[in-house]
Amino acid sequence: MSAEPDSASAQNITAFFAELSRIYSADRILTNNAQLAPYESDGLTCFRARPCGVVLPETQQEVIDTVRLCHRFEMPFIARGSGTSLSGGAVPIENGLVIAMNRMNKILDYDAEQLTAVVEPGVINLKVSQHVAGDRLYYAPDPSSGPVCTIGGNVAFNSGGAHCLKYGMTSNHVLGIKAVLPDGEIVNLGGDSLESVGQDLTGMFIGSEGLFGVALEVTLRLLPKPEKYYTLQAAYDSLEKAGNAVAMVVASGLLPGAMEIMDRLSMDAADAAIGAGYPQDAAAVLIVELEGTTDEVEAEMPLLHSVIEESGAYIVEAAKDDAHRTKIWTGRKSAFSAVGRLSPDFIVQDGVVPRTRLAEALAEIERLSGEYGIRVANVFHAGDGNLHPLVMFDGREEGALHKAEELSGEIIRLCIRLGGSITGEHGVGLEKRMYLGEMYGEDDIEFMHRLQHAVDPQKLANRGKKLPAATAPALLTRGAHPLEKQGVIFRD
Amino acid sequence: MTTSSMHRPANIEELQDFVRASQNIRVCGAGTKPSLSSGAIVSTSGMSGILEYEPSEYTFTALAGTPLSEIRDALAENGQLFPFDPPLVEAGATLGGTTASGLSGPGRFRYGGIRDFILGVKMVTGEGRAVFGGGKVVKNAAGFDIPKLVTGSLGRLGVLVELTFKVFPIPETWTTIRADFRGLDTGNLAMIRLAMAQEELQCLDLEPSGRLWLRLGGLSAAVDGRVDRVRKLLQQVDAGVNVEVLSGTDDVHVWDDAREFRWVPENYQLIKLPVSSAQVVTAEQLLTEAGFESARRYSVGGNVLWLAIPESVGSDEVDRLCQQLGRPALALTGSWSDPQRGPRQGQAFAERLLTVFDPDSRFETAATA
Repeated sequence: MSAEPDSASAQNITAFFAELSRIYSADRILTNNAQLAPYESDGLTCFRARPCGVVLPETQQEVIDTVRLCHRFEMPFIARGSGTSLSGGAVPIENGLVIAMNRMNKILDYDAEQLTAVVEPGVINLKVSQHVAGDRLYYAPDPSSGPVCTIGGNVAFNSGGAHCLKYGMTSNHVLGIKAVLPDGEIVNLGGDSLESVGQDLTGMFIGSEGLFGVALEVTLRLLPKPEKYYTLQAAYDSLEKAGNAVAMVVASGLLPGAMEIMDRLSMDAADAAIGAGYPQDAAAVLIVELEGTTDEVEAEMPLLHSVIEESGAYIVEAAKDDAHRTKIWTGRKSAFSAVGRLSPDFIVQDGVVPRTRLAEALAEIERLSGEYGIRVANVFHAGDGNLHPLVMFDGREEGALHKAEELSGEIIRLCIRLGGSITGEHGVGLEKRMYLGEMYGEDDIEFMHRLQHAVDPQKLANRGKKLPAATAPALLTRGAHPLEKQGVIFRD
Repeated sequence: MTTSSMHRPANIEELQDFVRASQNIRVCGAGTKPSLSSGAIVSTSGMSGILEYEPSEYTFTALAGTPLSEIRDALAENGQLFPFDPPLVEAGATLGGTTASGLSGPGRFRYGGIRDFILGVKMVTGEGRAVFGGGKVVKNAAGFDIPKLVTGSLGRLGVLVELTFKVFPIPETWTTIRADFRGLDTGNLAMIRLAMAQEELQCLDLEPSGRLWLRLGGLSAAVDGRVDRVRKLLQQVDAGVNVEVLSGTDDVHVWDDAREFRWVPENYQLIKLPVSSAQVVTAEQLLTEAGFESARRYSVGGNVLWLAIPESVGSDEVDRLCQQLGRPALALTGSWSDPQRGPRQGQAFAERLLTVFDPDSRFETAATA
């Protein structure tokens, strides 16, 4: 039996939920307003949409059955983890279904000798490292939301973190994926070896922002935990000096695990929120972290100190112990949420610029901030040129969001102009779709639409994210969703 | 196919015209992996050269036909290297051929393989379209990850034209440790222990005799201490292990030989089999039972078996081994109806993508036909 797109939608919806209730007990199908409210938005709270329902699967088969059901009824759906997306990637499709993956949180297999773990997508990022810590192993990708965000979400958005310079992003740490495609077909991509033969389908699936389907099982690559960390925090009287210090570290031949910069405003935020205790008069702090075997790190330390000294740092503080290191990182990682102390609302961008153009990018952001009269706090992964300007506004003020979005857009365009990317790790989501066509050519965008169409002709899986609105009518070979025809939901 | 009928487009436009007018397209770079390039009708050798290289960005962009050796030399002048340690550099392999074959060398143990360092690609698809995917900066999450997809695609999705990669600094000094264990079992056990240890090894290779090869890279001030620690770990596995430390040109030769497959006997066919260290002992047993001659090396901490077999050994034997190990294989040399052997996964996903990359099946005779 297949759904008839032209049939009355209300009837269809009733039939759809009747079928859903054959998969789930009533307590795992959420439909009333109070239950749905938490699922209306994600980490980027300025976007909201109301789903028709939320289901809470506990097994892979339930997820597969749900996707197949959605396909049959042409019901758009989104699989959601903890909803920490900063690009609106986890915002539901209006009147679509949310498949909340949080109960799919089992670590299915862990093989310390093979340095692999097979996990369900609802497993929390940080839980993986905690699970394997006894063998002195860890899972390298460390987004700031690590204590909350899920592996499934990380896979969908190819999440990064502070340590990408040396070890890359999520896709560099995923060896295999079992997934259900948007029409319910099950595929196994990759495997459990570091090596493979044939095209890298795993890599293609990762970062597809849910458009290619739902991950059911993810094989992660684990690494031996670095034996020693040496974390150093240097204060500068200008942002430019901190930026130059990064270039000097790179030129020295050192390969730190992380290099992060915070500007004055983000330090103020972190101070206000957690009493991070940054130097009061510093214009910028640079965090550099060396990691490796004790011998190697100890040999690198004097080299790093001489580079930092030469770079004009006026206070240099090295972490004395693990607790001190944690304190430095907590300050840095709290910056996002801490900005809430300074401003009721904010937009965070994550554009990338070539490292050599960092100083130029920051000067331009400062100029734009002045021009718009909007405060922008900057924290960024300086090692890989990944900016995180936090554009502050008060959503209660008339037109404030619009103005903040405009400024954000200018920053994104700046990144494109300087030869970088519109997103380093948050993904395109809802928020940056209109800029994708400025980073890539028209042909490239059309090609991406065709890829989506080939995998999901009805655009059921996380419709409306990642790609700009399709204009080519040829792409829409299927009829509109019944609800779309009624004007209840919208495509793109 | 004779050399004279080989097309050598000088730029992307010529390549697009060629693709639009051709069928049964198979591409070759320098032809260092004959089983993948035999019967090629188009060569990337006319599109060669480094386009952009900014050492402080850790990135370069080069045309697909650029010999790896040219890029390696340019990187070395600036104290940088390919972190994925591509094989067959001296043999003349090109950047495009290495990407399309998805090959990495022993040094990929430390930071990752070629798929982990590719950032951007410009290619010509089966419709003769120029498509750009990825980016030119070290971090990018925009668009679909086409650069990763084409890595290892064996020419099936299109012709690679321009590639951007991330690179890393060269360690100040290299040291190799050779450890001779009593046999394969002990050697394999040592390999597993060392892969789990916090020693940050650059390379970790095992020979079937039980000889383990380890490489350390880093500051010279730390070398002695690090070697001592590794030696202790090796001795914990077997107190009687014979350990030799090699540095300077001795160190360099060990890995040049591994990277160039100089251990492969003449007229043997070379096959890549992704495995895991848990399968090493089984693989050796299966090969003994199979009864044919072979030379072998387990590289990347037991994640890849490089298997060399005489030409007389048929594809059936290789298929059987693939089936027994549950692994795919890729033949780099020799004559094969299809160099990709064994099980293939994700076909439903691959086939859908293929309808966009090559709707008219112009690359159908390419390796994965």
